[in-house]
Amino acid sequence: MGVIWTALVALAVATAAVNGRMAALTAAAMESAGKALAIGLAGAMALWLGLVKVAEEAGLVAALARVARPLLVRLFPEVPPDHPAMGAIVMNVSANVLGAGNAATPFGVKAMQALEELNPRKGTASDAQALLCALNSASVQLVPATVIALRTAAGSASPAEILGPTLVASACGTVVAVVAAKLLARAWPREPAGRGDVA
Amino acid sequence: MKPLLDAVSTWAIPLLLAGIPLVALARRVKVYPAFLEGAKGGFETAIRIVPPLVAIFVALGMLRASGAMDALASALAPLTAAVGLPANVLPLVLVRPLSGGGALGVVGDVLRSDGPDSYAGRLASVMAGSTETTFYVLAVYFGAAGVTRYRHALPAALLADLAGFAAAIAVVRYVFGGP
Repeated sequence: MGVIWTALVALAVATAAVNGRMAALTAAAMESAGKALAIGLAGAMALWLGLVKVAEEAGLVAALARVARPLLVRLFPEVPPDHPAMGAIVMNVSANVLGAGNAATPFGVKAMQALEELNPRKGTASDAQALLCALNSASVQLVPATVIALRTAAGSASPAEILGPTLVASACGTVVAVVAAKLLARAWPREPAGRGDVA
Repeated sequence: MKPLLDAVSTWAIPLLLAGIPLVALARRVKVYPAFLEGAKGGFETAIRIVPPLVAIFVALGMLRASGAMDALASALAPLTAAVGLPANVLPLVLVRPLSGGGALGVVGDVLRSDGPDSYAGRLASVMAGSTETTFYVLAVYFGAAGVTRYRHALPAALLADLAGFAAAIAVVRYVFGGP
């Protein structure tokens, strides 16, 4: 990110120099910085995360987990259904769907560590670990609260109109994550160390 | 399909706003203190988002004022028109997997320049919510488990990101019409 950001700023200054727009550039930099402090954003985020906390305490994450469990047991056939890893996976995915990111991450971390206990080749991702990571990097979004808050702050006539489309788009991403993780597992066999390495 | 999506967009938040506290009350949860505790966390999240918003807003604002954004847009026009991805939304594809705050910055910038109810504004909004911060998720999760060889996890996750973006373009065009 540091390289990208610096390159963007440097490119802007160089282009402004060529186009003779230095004064406009300075004004735009200062004005843009001020626009980032949208007080409305903080209010909308507080409302949503307050609601998510109430949902958590009411046991709604646990209720969703009961629905999601049978599906997830099938997606992770190598994990015993009564292993602690499965419990953590179920809670992680359920919390993610409800938008409780703060609750989802600890469950996800716990699931990854429990899966590592089941992993015959320590240090190399098992199929289950790769699938869980792919699922988390493409999670279904029930309510994209931050984006709705940004749209409200920008004066949208209908800030939530993107909720349904976001649900569909993120569901497509999730389906592809599962299919790709299942299919690509064969292309990255576990034996020859090195091919799947991330330097 | 379209009326269903409209109904979801219109009803989801009001139903959750009323439904969650009602269920919580029925289960004898102390609704108000729980709400305040969560809201405090939300406020802190919003404040954490501000520094990356400043960074991205400034960089993109400068690019626009310098004329570089217009040059890029006209250079990429044939490509962006073919795919339905406006030039100012294109940076989102590159930034979204790397930085959640940076992605919100790009969305905010598009909302500001094109308006939240424009094609570009809606597309940026949906694309931002169509996937997560892939590199961050992989680093945190594999790091916590002590896994250093990711195997197919990264390609699978990036394929999912691409699918989410493509689906975002298709759904936005279907529901709201093209650019």
